[in-house]
Amino acid sequence: MSAKKETLGRTVGVVVAVCLVCSIVVSGAAVGLRSLQTSNAQLDKQSNILAAAGLLEQAKGNIAGTYEQFIEEKYVDLESGQYVEKEAGYDMYKAARDPQQSIKPQPDTAGILRRANVASVYLVKDEAGNVSRIVLPVHGSGLWNLMYGMLAIDSDGNTVREFVYYDQKETPGLGGEVQNPEWMAKWNGKKLFNDGELAIQVRKGANPDNPYSVDALSGATLTSNGVQHTLDYWLGSEGFGPFLAKQPWKS
Amino acid sequence: MANSKEMKKVLFGPILDNNPIALQILGICSALAVTTKLETALVMSLALTAVTAFSNLFISLIRNQIPSSVRIIIQMTIIASLVIVVDQILKAYSYEISKQLSVFVGLIITNCIVMGRAEAYAMKSPPLMSFLDGIGNGLGYSFVLIVIGTIKELLGFGTILGFEILPLVQNGGWYQGNGLLILPFSSFFLIAGLIWVIRTYKPSQVEPKE
Repeated sequence: MSAKKETLGRTVGVVVAVCLVCSIVVSGAAVGLRSLQTSNAQLDKQSNILAAAGLLEQAKGNIAGTYEQFIEEKYVDLESGQYVEKEAGYDMYKAARDPQQSIKPQPDTAGILRRANVASVYLVKDEAGNVSRIVLPVHGSGLWNLMYGMLAIDSDGNTVREFVYYDQKETPGLGGEVQNPEWMAKWNGKKLFNDGELAIQVRKGANPDNPYSVDALSGATLTSNGVQHTLDYWLGSEGFGPFLAKQPWKS
Repeated sequence: MANSKEMKKVLFGPILDNNPIALQILGICSALAVTTKLETALVMSLALTAVTAFSNLFISLIRNQIPSSVRIIIQMTIIASLVIVVDQILKAYSYEISKQLSVFVGLIITNCIVMGRAEAYAMKSPPLMSFLDGIGNGLGYSFVLIVIGTIKELLGFGTILGFEILPLVQNGGWYQGNGLLILPFSSFFLIAGLIWVIRTYKPSQVEPKE
């Protein structure tokens, strides 16, 4: 370590040079890889929707093409339950952070703090172009954090086909079992509403033949409660309730 | 120029003789968090090895230019830039895994192994040897992560890299997954057990009683 290295000018010079080089490398990587990252994030979302639509196996890796062919994204004004127009790229979870475009749930049973006024729904069409399933994005607090899922129902607006959680931070092996295929399969064929009243229940020791109840996850009562509250809110009058009652996909 | 024997020592020494986790007890925090599944442990090992190797290389290249009064900051700048680049690459090419690793890739910056090697070795050694030293210490870290990750995934979930080895009771098999091993802190016991095994095999690593 020679003395001349320690002059002020030299120190500043080296620091500036290192910072310049590093910032060029970092920004180069960030800009150069951005398009790949966005398309990855989009692909991830599309494959979640296809999983809920029951088309993931059929897609055989061609996620974007299958999505293009069978899925149509629509926007629903949650209060009226009718379709509204939104520019492409609208994100209901981003809109929920904007006070102009969202409300505070009353009461906030699902623990989501704010809810966007306009939600996305994904219509699944069959080969003939008829709506065969509707995929509703839902989210709510679990034990540790928000759990994001896709609820796929038949075009009768009542029968569940798939309930896919794609983003959750529950305890692995306990609450994390919301992603266990065995448990997810239990949702197939369950009914959400009985005579217009929300009837679906996640509870312990549920009879598999009862169309209105799903067996709770063992060892994960709080996560199961979270799932119940998520459904209560999103299928209720502040959530997709009006949309499911009016069934605008039929007209 | 270093001979091949020394290179070998620098490259493979940190796996058993001078393991950064087992002997120096560095970098424990990420070893606790990312070893629940073997796949994340592997990717984390790769990321850390790459960062350590390249930070050692670059710091060693400019080691004669770095003023000693600001050397830690310069090391941090280089390490932080590399970590960001690795994080961006993971997001671009391995989106699923980068989601699972979440903040832990970013936290490589604070991993003591990277800083420790930069300060202790790269500041005094030529670039090639520093690069090898980085890879060697990365391998040492990877060795521990892979052992812990394998034990945790096999006994916790009954799988290895997602393939079913022990069919779980939940899926109609006979194996009751060990819930303790799924939780991050069980790595404490496992790492302690691993240290015990290594020190039984190499008694010279046992610290003298005070």
